[in-house]
Amino acid sequence: MPAPAFHVEYVLRLADSTLVLGQRLAEWCGHGPMLEEDIALTNVALDLVGQARLLLSHAALLENKGRDEDALAYFRDEPEFRNWTLLELPNGDGSHNDYAVTIARNLMFSALAVPLWEALAGSADQGLAQIAAKSVKESRAHLRHASEWTVRLGDGTQVSHDRMQSALDRLWPYANEWWDDDPVDVAVAKAGIGPMLGTLKPVWDRTMDAILAQATLARPAHTAFLSSGKLGRHSEHLGYLLAEMQSLARSDPGAQW
Amino acid sequence: MVISEADPLLAQAAALAASVPDPEIPVITLGDLGIVRAVRREAGRIVVTITPTYTGCPATEVIAADVRQILVENGFADAQVRLTLSPPWTTDWISETGRERLRAYGIAPPGRAGMLPEAVMRFVPRKRSDGEVSDLTAARQRIPLRVAQKAPIACPNCGSIETEQLSEYGSTPCKAIHRCLACREPFDYFKPY
Repeated sequence: MPAPAFHVEYVLRLADSTLVLGQRLAEWCGHGPMLEEDIALTNVALDLVGQARLLLSHAALLENKGRDEDALAYFRDEPEFRNWTLLELPNGDGSHNDYAVTIARNLMFSALAVPLWEALAGSADQGLAQIAAKSVKESRAHLRHASEWTVRLGDGTQVSHDRMQSALDRLWPYANEWWDDDPVDVAVAKAGIGPMLGTLKPVWDRTMDAILAQATLARPAHTAFLSSGKLGRHSEHLGYLLAEMQSLARSDPGAQW
Repeated sequence: MVISEADPLLAQAAALAASVPDPEIPVITLGDLGIVRAVRREAGRIVVTITPTYTGCPATEVIAADVRQILVENGFADAQVRLTLSPPWTTDWISETGRERLRAYGIAPPGRAGMLPEAVMRFVPRKRSDGEVSDLTAARQRIPLRVAQKAPIACPNCGSIETEQLSEYGSTPCKAIHRCLACREPFDYFKPY
């Protein structure tokens, strides 16, 4: 019997967010600013894709439509993806990669992922709880990596400081989507499946404020901007990402390595 | 590892599964790594349960295939391999033998993961916001440092504890790159996880 729609939607938000960020970070493979960072980012990407595989398989089980992780990753179109918009944005301004943007996004996301996995480890959904207990260890390492680079760049040269600040200013409004709890968030919280993300904001604020202070960066001002990727309404960037990610599986269905 | 009861065939299957070398670090076995979680008999067939190290570890599927192969080759034709996520694997499950084998191979074995505090960073800022150079001692007291740094990592080549981290990420998800300041050799460090 399929799980309620809100349950599947919630798991897909997590699954698609980790998948899309994993794909974005993998774009740095072979292009990192230095060898160690090239390896670090591809390792983080590998963790995220690993989490996405578990979550997509779990979502497939919950929806009970005979699909598997590959069907969900490769054969859904843009409006069916439920990732938060932040994760699909390019690694820079769209034409040039910018390491500050990559680090700022990893910082914002991992600062959310850690308390989110911690809360989900106690989920009434046993499968989700197991994935969360496993993933939190990896997200803690991602948060450490991103926070170290935020401090290094923010408290670095005038150029690195300004670029890090401008990356934060650019990405900050996309966090609003997390705190704007909708009926899906309310229903999963009521069912004991997961927290409303809005309840994690104080923890996220504390983490961000501590790191930004060390990095001599200013916390961007709050704006009313609200993205809607979790509802399937995405920015123009997701389509290009999916086109690249899905092209092989669609041109040669069932392809095996 | 859970083995249901005194049963020579189960014990044999468990020993076979535990003897499979890790595909990435072949000097240690799955038994040394602590990833074989249970060996049971279900409806007459042997079922081996293993747990992945990292969620995205590409070796997981190879490991499952290797375990199945060694069991089939030794007469357990209908043996099955299952994956479990819970409880999540930790490097604390690597055996003493495994640690010694890692060291002999040139990989510093992991410190205790259970001792890692919840620090989000370990940098000390060079400047305070008012532009003054900060008092490093005071700053270090404010920022919890990782125990991994306090417990020194010994060089697997010469044994010196005068070592430093070059990169937290290395050739596989489980390793960091360090170097020895005494013998000057770089080496892999198996990260506590």
